[in-house]
Amino acid sequence: MIDFELSAEDKAKVEEAHNIAQTLFRPVSRYYDEHEHEEPQELIDTMWNLRGKGFLTGLGVVGALMVEELCWGDAGLYLASPGPGLGGAAVFAAGTQEQWGRFLARFNQGKPKWGAMAMTEPGAGSDTAAIQATAVHDGDYWVLNGEKIFVTMGHRALDLSEGIIVVWATVDKSAGRAGMKSFVVEAGTPGMKVEKLEKKLGIKASDTVTVTFNDCRIPFNNILGKAEVKTKTEGFKGAMATFDVTRPLVAAQALGVTRAALDMLKDELDKQGVKIRYDVPRSKQTALERDFMEMEANWRAAHLLVMRAMWQLQGGTPNALEASMAKAKAGRAATLITQRAVELMGPLGYSRKLLFEKFMRDAKINDIFEGTGQINTLVVARRVLDYTRDQLK
Amino acid sequence: MISFSPTEEQKMIVNTVKQFATDVMRKKYRECDEAGEIPADIINAAWELGLVISCIPEEHGGAGWDHSALTGALLAEELAWGDLSMAMHILAPSLAILPIVEAGTAEQKKKYLPTLCGAKFSTATAAFIEPRYNFDPTEFGTTARKSGGYTLNGEKCYVPLAADAGFILVYAGEGGSNQCFIVDKGTKGLEIGEREKNMGIKALATYELTLKNCKVPAENRLGGSAGCDCKRLANLSRVALAAMAVGVARGSFEFSRDYAKERYAFGEPIAARQAIAFMLADMAIEVDAARLLNWEAAWKLDKKEDATREACLAKMYADNMAMLVTDYGVQVMGGHGYVRDNPVELWFRNGRGFTAFTGMAIV
Repeated sequence: MIDFELSAEDKAKVEEAHNIAQTLFRPVSRYYDEHEHEEPQELIDTMWNLRGKGFLTGLGVVGALMVEELCWGDAGLYLASPGPGLGGAAVFAAGTQEQWGRFLARFNQGKPKWGAMAMTEPGAGSDTAAIQATAVHDGDYWVLNGEKIFVTMGHRALDLSEGIIVVWATVDKSAGRAGMKSFVVEAGTPGMKVEKLEKKLGIKASDTVTVTFNDCRIPFNNILGKAEVKTKTEGFKGAMATFDVTRPLVAAQALGVTRAALDMLKDELDKQGVKIRYDVPRSKQTALERDFMEMEANWRAAHLLVMRAMWQLQGGTPNALEASMAKAKAGRAATLITQRAVELMGPLGYSRKLLFEKFMRDAKINDIFEGTGQINTLVVARRVLDYTRDQLK
Repeated sequence: MISFSPTEEQKMIVNTVKQFATDVMRKKYRECDEAGEIPADIINAAWELGLVISCIPEEHGGAGWDHSALTGALLAEELAWGDLSMAMHILAPSLAILPIVEAGTAEQKKKYLPTLCGAKFSTATAAFIEPRYNFDPTEFGTTARKSGGYTLNGEKCYVPLAADAGFILVYAGEGGSNQCFIVDKGTKGLEIGEREKNMGIKALATYELTLKNCKVPAENRLGGSAGCDCKRLANLSRVALAAMAVGVARGSFEFSRDYAKERYAFGEPIAARQAIAFMLADMAIEVDAARLLNWEAAWKLDKKEDATREACLAKMYADNMAMLVTDYGVQVMGGHGYVRDNPVELWFRNGRGFTAFTGMAIV
């Protein structure tokens, strides 16, 4: 039965996430935007303790809703919160039970830890098949070499905690995409080094780094999925399975920032006595009302697309098309809506006194990471046309 | 529990309607558009599916099923995918049935519902929109004045099947509130104008109406002294029209997608070029986005909650989406989309209409 109602238990989880966003994230949101790379230590400890007490977002519909709430509070602080992150999602999506235990158990004990994912390279962004990093089989080990950039939370995962990083590398360059595999590297492994802390447009509370691998040896069974290079696309399928999870999750982040801008806009309009009249005809609407309605409808449409992709995921239904639809729509909606909110608020929108301009900066990344809007649109196009990547480049 | 899966019963209804749309509606829609009429055998074949009378209580001749706007939205999408004119014609009796089932008095149900439960298609309809640019569904220009019974004055347009309707539900402002009045065919002061000529929905017969001191008995006020919730009826209508917009747009998307894979230029299908492929991807995303928004509005209406915000957003989104997607359908096909040998120009004309369509269908 088509249903949009959460169970009481799930509703409570989402409300708890909202409460955390409102009471813990929002009050320090501007501070950590203006103090990039300063450690929000107290918040990190609090989030880690909450995690220990069972506050987990998970990888389903409710998880996405919780992520939306947390990012409503602050998208950068959400990313900075300790936990398995995208690296953990990759281990979960493509790893064995033994690997879940070995790599994920740490996120439920001891000091705060982070998980990160390293895919992008200086010469390979969305074109992940062009990855140059190598993994060479050597006895009981893999030897990794290469350079990874734009690693979200790499600094905290590798320098500040006993975290993990999932690294994409080729085991056979001549095999193309089939040679692409993912490997888990634990913090402190010799030969791995965090090189550069990026300064960014937004989500400044999160860290983004370059990680280099120089004859970095890891145990053989740290590979996610099978080691053999078999069919033409099998290796890449592991990466794609990861995206089925991570794209809707990142889209949920976009939804949170977007709704934050919408809610704040509504509050500011309320203060001025401006109410949105949903059912008056076009001829009586103000341009502002029309804009607001279009923004709200676009946000909600993206929200529902994300929920659908997550619902499929938790039900075991293939969702690659819908995951990319959700990501493409949410990324674009976030970009356009937060920019429009700045515009509608005029000087108040552009000022750093309020958060509109910050929402706009934070939102933009969602149309870029985990596949740009264009790449996700390309994935959607291939799927609806039933084309391979050779047929539609 | 959040779910995006229709019930087995809903899937069955959708499949039945889809089959009908494919086998019957899609075979004749162009002829009907050119001729400006729909053959009675198509309408009667649709009538036999029992779609519109299912929610009429058994004692009044129907199937007695619970009314569901969500089920209605699912079937309206499929019907409109078949053809919008036919869909509106087939569903026209609902314009009278649903408001009476939802809000009618016992006497009104007894008197009017059985007249629509015959073996063959017969209709009643509703007069909602008014012929002016600033028509406002929250404030009808048509008025009802209490004078023993009620005296109705005003002008209406886009009234489907008005000439054949046994009775017409007329929406009007009464004092401060919006109400609905049942006007029997032939009532003095009810003048049905000439059939309208529009850019699209050319196979659907719609009419202007004039009400000149048209007197109806007091018992013809829908819902009697309690009246009716016009806001809810308007929302049920928004959901119906948004679902139809999704159906029309989906048709255009599917047709132009298939064409783009067949049409070669510069040695490869035009779909193999991102300029075309990205349009098709956007069409697919927007069709789904509009559908999900509308499902949520329909779901809320089924819970008997106020869904004005959701329904208005869903309708506005679907209106815009239908324009964009049906335009892209023509654009993807280029000159071949512009000629009447292909259907996309028809869907473009129909898709353009949704911003004007208000109160012309209800589920």
